[in-house]
Amino acid sequence: MATVTLQDIRKSYGPTEVIHGVSIDIADGEFVVLVGPSGCGKSTLLRMVAGLESVTSGTLRIGERVVNDLEPAERDIAMVFQNYALYPHMSVRNNLAYGLKNRGFARAEIDRRVAEAAAMLEIAPYLDRKPGQLSGGQRQRVAMGRALVREPAAFLFDEPLSNLDAKLRIQMRVEIRRLQRRVGTTSLYVTHDQIEALTLADRLVVLNGGVVEQIGTPEEVFDRPATIFVAGFIGTPPMNMVPVDWLRGKGELDAVPAAADVVGIRPDDLDLEAPPGSHLTLPATLELLEPAGAESHLYVRLDGLDQPATVRTQGRPALADGARLALHVRPEALHPFVKATGRRA
Amino acid sequence: MAEPTMVGAGRSGQAAAHLILVLGAVVIAFPIWYVFVASTHSLQTILRPPLPMLPGSEGIANYSEALGGGINRIGGVSVGRLLWNTAFVATAIAVGKILISITSAYAIVFFRFPLRMVFFWLIFITLMLPVEVRILPTYKVMVDLGLIDTYAGLILPLIASATATLLFRQFFMTIPNELLEAARVDGAGPWRFFKDILLPLSATNIAALFVILFIYGWTQYLWPLLVTNSNSMNTIVIALRKMISFADADTPWHLVMVTCVLAILPPILVVVLMQRWFVKGLVETEK
Ligand SMILES: Nc1ncnc2c1ncn2[C@@H]1O[C@H](COP(=O)(O)OP(=O)(O)OP(=O)(O)O)[C@@H](O)[C@H]1O
Ligand SMILES: [Mg+2]
Repeated sequence: MATVTLQDIRKSYGPTEVIHGVSIDIADGEFVVLVGPSGCGKSTLLRMVAGLESVTSGTLRIGERVVNDLEPAERDIAMVFQNYALYPHMSVRNNLAYGLKNRGFARAEIDRRVAEAAAMLEIAPYLDRKPGQLSGGQRQRVAMGRALVREPAAFLFDEPLSNLDAKLRIQMRVEIRRLQRRVGTTSLYVTHDQIEALTLADRLVVLNGGVVEQIGTPEEVFDRPATIFVAGFIGTPPMNMVPVDWLRGKGELDAVPAAADVVGIRPDDLDLEAPPGSHLTLPATLELLEPAGAESHLYVRLDGLDQPATVRTQGRPALADGARLALHVRPEALHPFVKATGRRA
Repeated sequence: MAEPTMVGAGRSGQAAAHLILVLGAVVIAFPIWYVFVASTHSLQTILRPPLPMLPGSEGIANYSEALGGGINRIGGVSVGRLLWNTAFVATAIAVGKILISITSAYAIVFFRFPLRMVFFWLIFITLMLPVEVRILPTYKVMVDLGLIDTYAGLILPLIASATATLLFRQFFMTIPNELLEAARVDGAGPWRFFKDILLPLSATNIAALFVILFIYGWTQYLWPLLVTNSNSMNTIVIALRKMISFADADTPWHLVMVTCVLAILPPILVVVLMQRWFVKGLVETEK
C-alpha cells in the first residue's frame, strides 16, 4: 500500500503533446477515478503510471520512490485491462499465479494467495478452466483476481467494466468497490462513464483534452463544478446554460457574482411548481415531453433563447406539447461561470 | 443452427457423390497399392508381366534385405541408413526453419531496433530467390567450407525460411498488445514472454508448419543431389533415383519398390500424428 503522486506529468507523441501537465496526489488506500470524454488522455495517464508508456516530463512517485524510469514489473502495481488480457492457454489458476511465479514466490505462498483471491471473488470452481471457457463476468473476476493475488501497492483499472452488459456492470461495480474497501489498496480507475465515476470514487479527477478540469469528491464535483466543462460533463441530463443578462428581472440574482456572465442550472433544479421562499421564474414553452419511468424529461425553449433546455421532474405531468410553462429555480441552485475563462465565478 | 444443405443432398445425390469420391480415391491409391504389391514379389516375378494384383510371399525377404543388407547399385548402402539420413535431414530442416523463423519474427514484431524494417524487407526479398536461383553460389560456399557430403551441407542452406518468418509475423501481429502488457506487469521479461506465452500460443502454427516443412525436407531433390557424392550420405529420394538403371535387368526392381514404400511411410506418419496435435491445438487455444 502506498500513495501515488503525479507531479506536472506531461506526455508527447512526437511533436504533439497530449497530456499537458497533470498533478494528482492519491492518498494511501484512496480510490481515485479518472473520468473524461473519449480521447482526453485517461488511458495514456494510467499507462504512464503503470510504466507501459514513458513519461515525457514530470515526476511520478509510488510511495516514496520516483518510478519514472522503472519497468512496470518493478513498480509494484497491478493492472486490470479493458479486454481482461488473460493468458488464453493457461488455466485460471495459472493466470493468477503467473505474476507470483515470475517473482519467485514459494509454491505454498502462491497456492495460499490464489485460494484466498479465488474465494474472495467466488471463482474457486473455475480454477482449472481456461479463460475461453468462462463468461465475460467470470473473466472479469479472473482479471481482478490476477491483480489481487499480487497484493500490490496500487491497482490500476482501465475501463474494466465496459465489455459487460448493463446489469452485470452494476453488479461488478459494487463488487469492485466492496473489494477495494476490504483490501484497502490505493486504486486509480479510468472510465468515461460518469455514473461509474460518481459511485466508485473517493475522489474524482475530471480530465479534458489532457488537462485536469477538477479534482474533488463526487459531491464536490457534482454540487460545485469548477468549470463549464465539468458542469456539462457530470450529471445527466447535462446542466442547462443560461446567460445572466437573460435572467435579470426574473428574480433575485444577489448570489451570482458580478463577474459571471453565464449560469448553469441542473435539470432537477427547474421546478414546475413555485417553491416557497425566494426564487426566479423563467417563462418557457414545452417542446417535447419524454416519460422515463418514474420521472419525465421535458425539453423546453426558454422565451427569447435559442438553445433548448431540459427539465427533469418526478412523475408524469399532464402537459401537452406547446404548453406554456413557468419554471422556477431557487437562487442557491444557480452555478455562476465566466464564459471567457470557462471557470466558476 | 440447421445443417447446411448441400447441392444434391438427396439420397441419389449422396450416392453419386460417394461414387465419385471412391473412384477418385481408387485412382489415386492404385499406383501406391501397385508399388506395395510389387515390393512383396521376387525380381523374377516383377520382370515377367503381368504383375499379380495381390501381395506375394517374398515381402519379408525383400524388406529385410533392403533394410538390413546393402543394395549393390548404391554401393551396398542399406535402406535403413537412407531412412536415417533423410529423417535426420528433414527433421533438422523443419526444426531449424521453425526456430529461426519464430525468433526472427519475434524480433521483428515485438522489438524496436534500428533498421528493423530494413531487415524485414531483406527477409521478404529472399522470397523471390528460390533455391534454384542461388544454387551455384551456395554450392561454392559449401565446397569452400568443406561441407560436401556432410549433414551440415545438406541442412544449412535450406534452413532459412522467409515464408515461415512471414507466417509467424502475421500470427504475432494478431496477438493483442494488452497480452504483452499484462505479461510485462506480471514481471515476464522478453525470454519468459516468448517461452511462457508466445510459444504455447503458437503451438498450432508450429505443428502445421512442422508437417509442411518436414515433407519439404523429405522430398528435397536438387540440393541433396548436388551436395552429396558419397552413397552413404544420400537421402532416400536420391538413392532411389540412383538405383534405377537404364537397363531393366540391372535394376533391383523389388528393392526399388521396397524403398518407395519406405520412402512414403514417414511423411504419412508425420501427417497423421501431427494432425491430431493441431486439431487439439485448434480446439483449445483462442486469443
Ligand atoms: N501511440 C500514440 N501515438 C500518438 N497519439 C496517441 C497515441 N496513443 C494515444 N494518442 C493520442 O493521445 C490522446 C489520448 O489518448 P487516450 O487513449 O489516453 O484517450 P482516452 O481518454 O483513454 O480515450 P478513450 O476513452 O477513448 O479510451 C488521443 O488524442 C490519442 O489520439
Ligand atoms: Mg482509453
